[in-house]
Amino acid sequence: MSDRVFQKLHILADAAKYDVSCSSSGSNRSNKNKGLGNADQGGICHSYTEDGRCVSLLKILLTNHCIYDCAYCVSRKSNDIQRAAFTVQEVVDLTINFYRRNYIEGLFLSSGIFKNADYTMERLVSIAKKLRQEHKFNGYIHLKTIPGASEELVHQAGLYADRLSVNLEIPTEEGLKLLAPDKSRAEMILPMKYLKNEIVRFKEERQIIKSTPTFAPAGQSTQMIIGASGESDKHIIQTAQHFYTKFQLKRVYYSGYVPISHDKRLPEIGSQVPMVRENRLYQSDWLMRFYGFKAEEIVNDMYPLLDLDIDPKLSWALRNQQLFPIDINRADYNLIVRIPGIGVQSAKKIIMARRFGPLRIENLQKLGVAINRAKYFIICLGFQQLYADKSGANIKQYILAQSSSKYVKNNSEQLSLF
Amino acid sequence: MLKTLIYDGTWAGLLTTIFCSFEYKWQIATIQHRDEPVQSGLFVTTETILTDELKTKRVLLGLEKKIGLQGIKELYYVFLSECKHRELLILRSTHYYFKSNPKANLNYAHDDILKIKKTVRSVSRERHRMTAFVRFQKMKDGLYFANIEPDFNVLPLIANFFKDRFADQKWLIYDLKRKYGIYYDLQDITEVKFSHTLDRNTIHIHLDDDELHYSYLWKNYFDSVNIKERKNTKLHVQSLPKRYWKYLNEKNLF
Ligand code: SF4
Repeated sequence: MSDRVFQKLHILADAAKYDVSCSSSGSNRSNKNKGLGNADQGGICHSYTEDGRCVSLLKILLTNHCIYDCAYCVSRKSNDIQRAAFTVQEVVDLTINFYRRNYIEGLFLSSGIFKNADYTMERLVSIAKKLRQEHKFNGYIHLKTIPGASEELVHQAGLYADRLSVNLEIPTEEGLKLLAPDKSRAEMILPMKYLKNEIVRFKEERQIIKSTPTFAPAGQSTQMIIGASGESDKHIIQTAQHFYTKFQLKRVYYSGYVPISHDKRLPEIGSQVPMVRENRLYQSDWLMRFYGFKAEEIVNDMYPLLDLDIDPKLSWALRNQQLFPIDINRADYNLIVRIPGIGVQSAKKIIMARRFGPLRIENLQKLGVAINRAKYFIICLGFQQLYADKSGANIKQYILAQSSSKYVKNNSEQLSLF
Repeated sequence: MLKTLIYDGTWAGLLTTIFCSFEYKWQIATIQHRDEPVQSGLFVTTETILTDELKTKRVLLGLEKKIGLQGIKELYYVFLSECKHRELLILRSTHYYFKSNPKANLNYAHDDILKIKKTVRSVSRERHRMTAFVRFQKMKDGLYFANIEPDFNVLPLIANFFKDRFADQKWLIYDLKRKYGIYYDLQDITEVKFSHTLDRNTIHIHLDDDELHYSYLWKNYFDSVNIKERKNTKLHVQSLPKRYWKYLNEKNLF
């Protein structure tokens, strides 16, 4: 018996690993009546894989049997691989026992589509329900929403799960048609729309009636595969912005395509995973979520592709030299946070510290500003701008020359945000 | 006259010490834990401080008005960092806070405050890591047990986290470096001390029958989710520093 679970776990964790979403944040489900577990608002990574990704949840497929044939997916029906399926009880046992040993924050359950959408969704929901009701489990649960599942089931999923997600996978509609002929964008968007409305409705009700149950308190997320269908960065970033604003998604994940098959429609096996590009997309995503940038400022018809050699914030600043230099001691937070070399944390510190007196370069350095980068864009006490008449291209050369080591590292796949 | 103050090594003791420094306007050369050998200089007199609850409270109340609970928490984190001269740093900044306007702890241009923020960041990071990296092993009697060796004295900072989370199981987390642990008995948390530490073999004898099964499953899971095309050892080691591996069963099966 235990050997079989061992085998299944191997197959069904391996098949789920291409979903890069790992977050366990955004929910603050508390531990009621001395049950088991709670959700940490900020999320916790309990381990890191050898490729450096966070391991936070037990991320598995319920089964890798699938009636569909999406070209980019290892579980597609035409792929000759070992198939397996967990029982409801097996998933519950694994979750509880891993959780009690503090291995995980909770469960991320996805599945291939077997029989039909409802049949699959029903099983996912029954696992979440069992965990919540029979085991008084308050840890994090992320369920995949199966496109085409009935609203009633999606509704139930929202009652038990912290987060729900539908993966768009392919950023453009034409790409999706080509690679996943059984799927339609419209079918994916339907549950997203339904969930968005329900999340808003429950939140409003909760403000009036405190006892209203939570409904997907950590919201919805999605994932797009990068580099499988010839899409541009502009496509990806604008799609992301569209979903952030129209569907109020909590997160969009970007997953550099890992070649898994000899399909003429897709990059060859052995071709490089576009990890630098993926990193630049995450940086752009941060700019939209935390720095007040619009998609059009990062990529547009004139600049449809992200620079690979510099980060998108620096790239934006170099294209908008007329806005600089910015006076550290007077400018608004919104402007300060846009200066290359200054992150959200140091921008906040600047705003607080300058109330005690004007800041000099030394002060900025000590509170974490990357002066090497910022010095081209600022003025502060005792520091005038020397580079104001230089072109963006010139400054880019200076910065690359100075910090070559950092960018070389970046190109060799170091993932860091600013 | 310069003074060396000797205190009992507790947070309350340090706060009492600070109270005395204000009350008697002492010039203080060093503040020492009573277990450390006293370094007496020619022009230094020593003074032993008796921890006093009332004095402690008064310092805390005064600090709260100036820097709020958040500011006090920062000082407490610095205290738990065990870093050298932390007592003097806390003393100096307390004096600075009392003579400045409220919220002076936000003056990021001040050297002592920068030092405090930096230390707080390190201690918070370690606290956060311990909420993540503690690995319980289930014992035959149902107790969930974990050994840790954190860089700072973070047990006081993680106790409530584990109490809230694992409210329905008995657990014990033991700090091997500082030789004490915290034990939760389904009601309260108490500090415990072993007469001799539990080594691997002793623990092994007492493991629950299912323990190895789940430990292997976890290691198996960890290996299965790796994407070898994305291998990035540098990032891996940066996020999961090697000094923690000893107590992570996915890196090092118990
Ligand atoms: S439906 Fe999902 S599991 Fe099935 S082939 Fe497509 S992506 Fe893979």
